[in-house]
Amino acid sequence: MIDVVVFFFLLGVLARLVKSDLRLPEALYETLSIYLLLAIGLKGGIELSKQPLVALAPQVAACMALGFAIPLLLFPLARALRLGRADAAALAAHYGSVSVVTFAVATAALARQGVAYESHAALWVAVMEAPGLVTGILLARMGSGGAGDWRRLAHDVLFGKSVLLLMGGLAIGAVAGVEGTAPIKAVFIDPFKGVLALFLLELGLVAGGRLAEVRRFGAAVLVIGLGAPPLLALAGAFTGLALGLSTGGVALLATLAASASYIAAPTAMRIAVPEANAALSITAALGITFPFNIVVGIPLYIALAQRLTA
Amino acid sequence: MTLSKHPKTLLVIVAEAVLERRLVQEARERGAQGWTVTEVHGGGHEGVREGAWEADRTVELKVICDATVADTIAEHVLATYAPHYSVALYFSTVAVLRPERY
Repeated sequence: MIDVVVFFFLLGVLARLVKSDLRLPEALYETLSIYLLLAIGLKGGIELSKQPLVALAPQVAACMALGFAIPLLLFPLARALRLGRADAAALAAHYGSVSVVTFAVATAALARQGVAYESHAALWVAVMEAPGLVTGILLARMGSGGAGDWRRLAHDVLFGKSVLLLMGGLAIGAVAGVEGTAPIKAVFIDPFKGVLALFLLELGLVAGGRLAEVRRFGAAVLVIGLGAPPLLALAGAFTGLALGLSTGGVALLATLAASASYIAAPTAMRIAVPEANAALSITAALGITFPFNIVVGIPLYIALAQRLTA
Repeated sequence: MTLSKHPKTLLVIVAEAVLERRLVQEARERGAQGWTVTEVHGGGHEGVREGAWEADRTVELKVICDATVADTIAEHVLATYAPHYSVALYFSTVAVLRPERY
């Protein structure tokens, strides 16, 4: 059974395909994305307040290692599909980084199915945002030898809104704890799923717009967009198993590994690898992989996690 | 009273929003004293940019300055960004009232 929020995404795609005049104001998109990032961070932070942080160090290290490794897996594959070095590296970086909304849909699906997961999982999202971008940029630079502006890039990624709000939410939740956050629960915790639904409507409109682009880039984008997620999900699931995560935790790490960034990565790649074709990566990440993951992938990854942890 | 008008060059740069901070900084370094940025959307050789989400945003940077300053900025932008980014540049002559401000 498809989660209700996914229907909103499909409605957005449909609106786009039938050329509806539906358009969400940009300010609303911005507001919703800020809300989701903060709310996901806060929720994870509240859980962090209940446990010793040192115990989480292996998880953080493994998540970051996974982020660094994913582009290395994907880059040769993209090259084999005859993408140029810059395009292959930028594409690999998108998959090395993560999609927060895909993560949010997966947590919603787990909650609905009553599968428990580590409630501090938002921490994994926050630490997995940057490593894949670094590997992607290194892969792109290896041929060209350009030094690049790492300081600017580090600033843009670490203080970009995704990491800033996730980490900020985690910190506020961890410091304030359950009691401290009780007064804002009615805004940041309870309406989460409704806001997610509205945001997915908008993302459906955006993703629907990218669908037309798929034809422009041909088979390579389709192969990567559909082939990479299940492959990377396996890598994520086995990492989760090795860490001894719960069934839900394994499913979430599989989802994170399978997801591709469409907020932090495109911006970082435009700055760091300008010669890469931005539309190609976005079409794969947002036009193919994102819809695949939320409609087909997540139920698959949950089933996989259940099988592996049974 | 007749207003005294002075000719200046208006340089308009339409570019991917990701370049905004760099363009502003580099325009100032080359002598621009003021600038205006607005978010826009549109299309061209590189396809349609609707501005629906982060990586799809486009900005329009306007600088009013001396013709030589406008040329220096434009040359720099053309050499640095035009090869890999969606960039449009155009000039026009405008009349200003307080020339020392531009």
